[in-house]
Amino acid sequence: MKIIVNGEEHTYHAPLTVTTLLQALNLRTEQVAVEVNLKILDRSNFPTWILQEGDTVEILSFIGGGSPQPRPSRGSTRNE
Amino acid sequence: MSNYSSKDPLIIAGREFRSRLWVGTGKYKNFEETRLAIEASGADVVTVAVRRVNITDKNSENLLDYIDPKKYTILPNTAGCYTVEDAVRYSRLARAAGVSDLVKLEVIGDERTLFPDTAGLIEAAKILIAEGFIVLPYTNDDPIVAQKLMDIGCPAVMPLAAPIGSGLGIRNPYNLKIIMETVKVPIIVDAGVGTASDAALAMEYGADAVLMNTAIAGAKDPIMMATAMRYAVDAGRLAFKAGRIPRKLYATASSPIEGML
Repeated sequence: MKIIVNGEEHTYHAPLTVTTLLQALNLRTEQVAVEVNLKILDRSNFPTWILQEGDTVEILSFIGGGSPQPRPSRGSTRNE
Repeated sequence: MSNYSSKDPLIIAGREFRSRLWVGTGKYKNFEETRLAIEASGADVVTVAVRRVNITDKNSENLLDYIDPKKYTILPNTAGCYTVEDAVRYSRLARAAGVSDLVKLEVIGDERTLFPDTAGLIEAAKILIAEGFIVLPYTNDDPIVAQKLMDIGCPAVMPLAAPIGSGLGIRNPYNLKIIMETVKVPIIVDAGVGTASDAALAMEYGADAVLMNTAIAGAKDPIMMATAMRYAVDAGRLAFKAGRIPRKLYATASSPIEGML
């Protein structure tokens, strides 16, 4: 089964829950947010949410930040 | 006067914060330096960004392994969001990734100045407040916008001192003073601080807190600068509360004339 995770195509064995996916990626449930096809999942639904072929999954976490940085695509070369 | 800091908490939306210095977690060499600088700053609120996790490196560490959410209030920001839709989406993701409804809302209007898009900011704030978020908006030093943000239900307002990362210090002290006089929720001066005196000045003007990242992380010795900022914010707060003397053009003798030969 192919799904898109953070912009890249990955192949996994079905059935695959969000919890199983996070385990496979060595990620801790309490440190991430998961969006499936633009819908943000509640953490309590991770164990029961079954991913489908072609799903687009975004896994996000907190990183260092304080002040907004320029968009890396365009802003990073300016004034440098 | 005794232990002022424990008796002078900052209260926002019913939450009590010990430190009036809030710090960002970006631009440090590594997580260990981040941890040490935050510790030295004495801050109990730290801002973080929300981004895709690195799924290719399965051993990559997480910021939260270094900054204990039980010890610090994690304040996610919407840095890098240039539209209302993005800012709202990232706020929702931040809430899902974290444990609270707090968000430092940023809707950036321009890449070069990183000045906020205040029209978009107010629009996004309204949406998020309706969804139960505690919205702390990063805004311009515009008293009218600050007032509007308070009116729609922001429990604190965060005007900039100068462009983010510029280190220019307080560019418009008079506008900031007007905001502090007219806006009846805590004012947190956010962005633009360059060195300790800038932070002290913001507090002397009457700011309730100061938030900074680059001034500490970009210093030659971030941990020492974090300590300096901690003292500066405390000193500025104390000076504000103590009440400074008025400025006068001519001298006023401080030694008595009586008893002179």
